[in-house]
Amino acid sequence: MKFPKLAAIAALIPLALAGCAGAPAGGGGSNEVTYWLWDANQLPAYQACADAFQAANPDTKVKIEQFGWADYWNKITTGLVAGTAPDVFTNHLNYYPTYASKNQLVPLDEFVQRDAVPTDVYAEGLADLWVAQDGKRYGLPKDFDTVALFYNKKMLADAGVAEADLAKLTWNPQDGGSYEKLIAHLTVDANGVRGDQPGFDKSKVAVHGLGLDENNGAGVGQQMWSMYALATGWTYTDKNPWGSKFNYDDPRFQQALGWFRGLIEKGYLPSLATARSGTSVNDGFGAGKYALSTNGSWMIGSYFGYDGVEAGVAPTPVGPSGKRATIFNGLADSIYTGTDNRDGAWKWVKYLASAECQKKVGEQAVVFPAIPEALAVAKEEFAAKGVDITAFTGAVEDGATHLYPITDHAPEIAALVGPAVDAVLSFQADPSSLTEINEQVNALFR
Amino acid sequence: MIARRGEGRVALLFLLPAGFGFVLFYAWPALQTFYLSFTDYSLLATPNWVGARNYAEAMSDRKFWNALLVTGEYVLINISVQTAVALLIAVLMHRLTKSSVVRGALLLPYLIANVVVALVWYTMLDAQLGIVNAALTWFGIDPVAFFGETSTAIPTIALVNVWRHMGYTALLIFAGLQAIPKSVYEAAAIDGASEIRVFRTVTMPLLRPVLAMVLVLTVIGSFQIFDTVAVTTKGGPVDATRVIYFYIYEKAFQQFDFGYAAALCVVLFLILVGVALAQLRLLRAGSSDLD
Repeated sequence: MKFPKLAAIAALIPLALAGCAGAPAGGGGSNEVTYWLWDANQLPAYQACADAFQAANPDTKVKIEQFGWADYWNKITTGLVAGTAPDVFTNHLNYYPTYASKNQLVPLDEFVQRDAVPTDVYAEGLADLWVAQDGKRYGLPKDFDTVALFYNKKMLADAGVAEADLAKLTWNPQDGGSYEKLIAHLTVDANGVRGDQPGFDKSKVAVHGLGLDENNGAGVGQQMWSMYALATGWTYTDKNPWGSKFNYDDPRFQQALGWFRGLIEKGYLPSLATARSGTSVNDGFGAGKYALSTNGSWMIGSYFGYDGVEAGVAPTPVGPSGKRATIFNGLADSIYTGTDNRDGAWKWVKYLASAECQKKVGEQAVVFPAIPEALAVAKEEFAAKGVDITAFTGAVEDGATHLYPITDHAPEIAALVGPAVDAVLSFQADPSSLTEINEQVNALFR
Repeated sequence: MIARRGEGRVALLFLLPAGFGFVLFYAWPALQTFYLSFTDYSLLATPNWVGARNYAEAMSDRKFWNALLVTGEYVLINISVQTAVALLIAVLMHRLTKSSVVRGALLLPYLIANVVVALVWYTMLDAQLGIVNAALTWFGIDPVAFFGETSTAIPTIALVNVWRHMGYTALLIFAGLQAIPKSVYEAAAIDGASEIRVFRTVTMPLLRPVLAMVLVLTVIGSFQIFDTVAVTTKGGPVDATRVIYFYIYEKAFQQFDFGYAAALCVVLFLILVGVALAQLRLLRAGSSDLD
């Protein structure tokens, strides 16, 4: 009996070990650098960078892996715990504060100093986003995004609205200004009556003037309500980055949200239930259900890619502050502390942050590179595809951008404020209910 | 039957692989979860012992109680409709047809991945572009935002999963029906009993142990609702579909509060043990009326 028992155990051990010992992604030989990103559209651009990098550095091999956004952060987090995270990965402002404070990211300051890498070549403010509360730099910028107003060209023409007029739109939280007038005019009911005409039936709307995002906004409302709230002069936090007090109790924020949900009552914006019932706001736009739709520059490919819909894009409206507003967000590449090839990883990060690589990315016209001269390349390539990106980039030149709120506790805040804004937009709670939520948010920082 | 000593050892040997897997993949993680439930653990740092603080927090966590309530509503709708429909299908198959084509067709929805089923229904039920609402509009009915309305979201998710699981559950019940001796049905036929009477006084009592087993399995499976929510409503609108496993997932993998999530797991485990025990007692699963 002894022998078979031992044999059985002996047979099991390799099986069990094989299960645990997935080849560490962070390893892969000392001259290989593993790099992760989440956007499949950007994969060809970064592969082009990797090819050029390897040609110049024959001793270092770059292995790029791509995982969709939904899996990406789970894989990164479990990878950090198991010691199998990639050497270099695309990082996001929502996640890096946590990783940096848990010593999972390599501070780049020494490398930056040693190689005299300029940090002032990027669009203004982008590089500063990646300096954490401890004063250390955890990433070098690769791209940026802003929000603008996509429109359906045919619907505008049918309504007798000149595209150029969209740049002159104004908004205020009391009557919505010329912006709300336009949304009303572009709304059409089943009988063909427009939202600003007598006899408009708001219970049978065929085309809503404005589309409603399918996400709950996670407390930031980046492509959903931030362009209104920020245009009142409101700010998310006492300071940014690294604020420790949120301002969801500010009347300016609550008024903007109140105005926004008023559009639902008037029939100009779909109900929250409709927006959440199965299709994304961009697909709704592509199906001709919305005339206007606010969304981020990372969605250009979707909005301009629908068959039978000719899209255009205009800047967000000018608000009571006298300025337009959009969130300004950017990604960067970070190095994992567990890498066994720190120098190779740094060389790759340095290359990713260089004008040479960012121009290659610009040529693919999928994102806006962080370095202005690379952005100019992207601008031309986008124009060749029929997309004028000045609606997005103009905000940067006009100083109309507001940094994405960078704070600790971002996931907890999203879990508190996202559903609370849902409750307001579905008329289960008043905008003033955000005052109590704000207290819960601020309690996280005590 | 008394096994000889040698046979016992062989049996042990055969149990070893399964036992090894059980300890490694079930018992050990379960114990670990129990330990973590008394700690503050963010995954990236070592766990800190905090005593029963996580449990105290759970008791006053409105979202946790809401999640239990939402899950309860889901289980109630899912199990009652699913069991009724599956029972009907099984009895119809038993009394009308033994066709393996029908049996195979019934199993088809179960062979499609959960996530695919969820996404296809999510698209079909969209208020503006879904094919179901297009049909409703054609009949003059106003479109319904099935997944988007707080009142209809949970019933919709429950019924989508009924659609996927009813064939499989029906087959389980059908297997139980085949174990009932033909002679009792013949006797009932000789006595001139109607189909409904046969169902009430012959089929149901004799099926009870199998039904109890099926109920225990499906109720526990139903409590574990996660994937349909994760790929469609993501807990919203507001908190209407924030079922318990989705809430635990958010706490652990989105907010990195693994200690608290582990405590919620332990509470849920206790609830499920209670539910299973209550079911077995109520349904007297151990005894059969077939004596």
